[in-house]
Formats: sequence, structure tokens, C-alpha cells
Amino acid sequence: MTLLLRLSSDTAADRVVPPSGYTARLTGFTAAAMAFLAVFAVALSLASGRLADRWQSSLAQTATIRISAPAEQMTAQTEAVLAVLRTTPGVASARVMDDAEQRALLEPWFGPDLPVEALPLPRLVEITEDSAGFDAAGLRMRLAGEAPGAVLDDHTRWREPLVAAADRLRMLGLTAVLVIAGATAAMITLAANASLAANAQVIRVLRLVGARDTYIARAFVRRFTRRALAGAAAGTAAGMLAIALLPEADAAGAFLTGLSFRGAGWLWPLTIPPLAAIVAFAATRAAAFRVLRGLM
Amino acid sequence: MIELAKVAHGYGGGDLFAEVSLTLSPGAFFFLTGPSGAGKTTFLKLCYGELMPSRGDVNIFGSSLRRMSRDDIALARRRIGIVHQDCQFLDHLPVSENVALPLAVAGRTPQDVGADIGELLAWVGLAEQAAALPPSLSGGERQRAALARAIITAPDVILADEPTGNLDWEMSLRLLTLLVELNRMGKTVLIATHDLALIRTAKAQVPARVLRISGGNVQLAGADL
Repeated sequence: MTLLLRLSSDTAADRVVPPSGYTARLTGFTAAAMAFLAVFAVALSLASGRLADRWQSSLAQTATIRISAPAEQMTAQTEAVLAVLRTTPGVASARVMDDAEQRALLEPWFGPDLPVEALPLPRLVEITEDSAGFDAAGLRMRLAGEAPGAVLDDHTRWREPLVAAADRLRMLGLTAVLVIAGATAAMITLAANASLAANAQVIRVLRLVGARDTYIARAFVRRFTRRALAGAAAGTAAGMLAIALLPEADAAGAFLTGLSFRGAGWLWPLTIPPLAAIVAFAATRAAAFRVLRGLM
Repeated sequence: MIELAKVAHGYGGGDLFAEVSLTLSPGAFFFLTGPSGAGKTTFLKLCYGELMPSRGDVNIFGSSLRRMSRDDIALARRRIGIVHQDCQFLDHLPVSENVALPLAVAGRTPQDVGADIGELLAWVGLAEQAAALPPSLSGGERQRAALARAIITAPDVILADEPTGNLDWEMSLRLLTLLVELNRMGKTVLIATHDLALIRTAKAQVPARVLRISGGNVQLAGADL
């Protein structure tokens, strides 16, 4: 609210600083470019978050038991495994995958005509956990005793690195937003310093007639904050349009095609222009007071 | 009003002046004279707090300059009308807005203080130039615009640095008449000038005292000016 009040129009105060060309264009362009990049960083962060959540939720509730045994023992070990699972707390259901399902799993690598029944493939048992989950270490010990050819794969080994990678990607997106904010602040500070230096005579006159530092600083701060807000709004709009025009993610969609906003996620980039204005406000104010403190 | 107590100031090597003590009391009219480079402008800057003395102190409206914050100095300057030697203006604003600038920075309007910009500009002979930009004014017009800006807040003290430096004799007399009029209204006036004819003319109208900067001192000059 304070920022909005400070940005509200004060024609007299605004007019004391002459309109300047290149610092205005530089600030607007910088804010627009940074906002454009920030939209992609936010999209990356949100997409990574969705990916991590999807992997987490879709894999966390399932596990697989792989039974490798001589053909004559396969049925017995499979029955033993199912018996163990029926008495294992935390297992909601368990079922043996049939040949058709196993063929479907292998099809991407070996084609549709794989003679599954003629190959010494292990038997797969799919386990669905209940909300409490099962004790994987305890189950492994029981399986070792009842069905020596059974190996429990609770997906942890490859799920955790994937989720960690997605989480890191999300953090990378957020870090990129912070870096962009910092770079914006640095560039606006440079532009503000240039403007303050170019208007040294204006500042001298204002001090001479009794202007306080806050009055002088406000004239510069308003101008730069408005430019940053306008530039960032344009950059954000362009970024959102670019995201909207990306191809839709399909079922086998690669990660990049999922780089978009979903539902309320479209509201996130709308926070970029006000944040850019806040960054510009703080950067210009700090620069103005630093310069003014150097004057008597 | 403004009191200098054992003030010394210089640039780099040595002191321009040392141990200067002076009181600008209410309603006083001073001339400050001396050769070029003697320190007249520096002296004025010390009076309105643009420079901090190397030693000693300047008391402005009861406050020590050494203890005044930047805001305090700004507020004190609203009670001091300054006519700068080079008449600094905001060149992108018309004369009328430049003249009203001391009110604008104080968040006031001419109506708040009962001032009429048009009337004031007419008083200094610039009614026709109200909408003109400062770069289009002649030297004399700039001096008078600077004077109008200096007095719009009805300041207690007027400090003028070579206010007639760019003026012909007729215009100098006109400006002097304005300053004498203000002094008669009770304003303290200090004019830095090396124009001895102007000083003699003024002394015929007001009991002006003449200060001379010489040899690092500021002394009251004799009556032979």
C-alpha cells in the first residue's frame, strides 16, 4: 500500500526531473527482457514441481516382486510369494502379471511378436500398498525364506533420484527467478546512477531551494518504478504468450512440451510485474540516497 | 539568525579565511566585498550550509550546522532566499514554475502562502517571460528570476552572490531597489559583490555595512567606500 501511495501521481514532483531518453528505454527494455525470462523460469519451476509430484505419487504406492526360478519351481514360488503377501500388513493387493502384460512391457524393446512363453522370463507380481505402506526390509527377509527366487523392487532405487532431480530442477527455476531479480536490480541501479549523474544540476537546484532528500529521491524512484512496471508487464505478457503457444503435452510427451502453466498456475507470472516494480523501487531509492548523501 | 563563530575554511592547501566571527542579525543589510577568489562565494555557502567549515561552527536559526541533519539543512534553506552567481534553474521548466519551485519542494502552493506568481514576476519585470524557458532569458532576466525565486517563500534572510554581475547599470539599480525594499520589510540581506558603485548607491538608501574579505579575514570596511 505504501508503495502504491508513493507511486501515485505527483505531477509537480515528477516534473522536476527532465524527461530522459536512453535511461528510460534502458530501464523499460531491461525490465521487459528480465520479465520475459522470469516467465520461463517460473514455468520451468512449476513444470518440474508437477513432474516430481507425478513421479512421487504414481510410483510411491506400487512395488514389484520379480521371481526368477527354474520352470518346474516357478508356480510353487509364485504361490508362496502370494501367500506371503496375503499376510503382509500394508499390502492392499497383489497380482501376477500375465503373459500379455509382460509382452506389452517388453514390446518397445523387442517388438510385438516376442514369444514370451518360450523365454525364461521372470514372473512379475505387482503389489499395491495401502496408505500405511509395508515394511520392505521385513518382506524381503520373509521372501528369502519362503521363495528364494523372489526379489522385491519397491522402486526406491530409481524413483528417489528422479524425484530429487525434479526437485532440483524446481529449485533451479526459483534460483533463476532470484538471479533475474538481482540482475534487474543491478541494471536498474546502473540506469538510475546514470540518470542521477546526468541530473546533477537538477539535484543541486533542488537542494538549493530547500528540497529534502526524500523529495528528490521520490522524483527519480517514481519514474524508474513506473518504467520497470510497464516494461515488466510487456515482457510478462510476451512470455505468457510464448508459453501459451508451446505445443501441448501428449501422453508420451517429452519434458519440454510440459513447460506450461496449468489452471491457477497462470496467475503466478502475473506477480512478476509488481515484483519488478518493487525491485526497481528499492534499487532506485538506494541509489538515489547514496548519491544524495554525497552532497552537502 | 545566522552566526559564524570562529569559522575557518579552505580548499586543499590553506585556509581561505580563519577565525571569522560574524552575526547576520534580523533586518541587517550587508555587502561582502573583496577581490576575485578571496572567498566571497565560499563565505555565502557556509552561511546556507552548503559547505561545512574546517573549524569553528555556523549557527543557522539557532541550530549548529555541525549537528544539523540533511533534512534540517533543507528546512533551514526554506527560510533563506539564495540568488546564486550563475542563477541555477531547471531549464526544462518555464520561469513561472522555476520561481514557484521553493514552494513546490515544500509541498505548498502559491495560494498557501498568499503569493501570486504573476504579480511577483511583474514586480521583477518578468511578466511577459512567465512561460519562457530559462535558457531563453537574458542575463539580467535570469538574475531577476533568481531573485523572484529567492523571495517567494518570504524568507528571513536573502543571500545574493554577485546578483548584478550580468546586468547593466540601469538593471543593477533596479535589482538593488528590490533588495532594499525587501530589507525595509525586515529581511536580512547579504550581497556579495565587487561593484563599489553599487555599494555606494545602496549606502545612500539603507544603513548597509560593508564586509571585506582580505588576507584570510572578514572585516568591517571603512566608511570611505
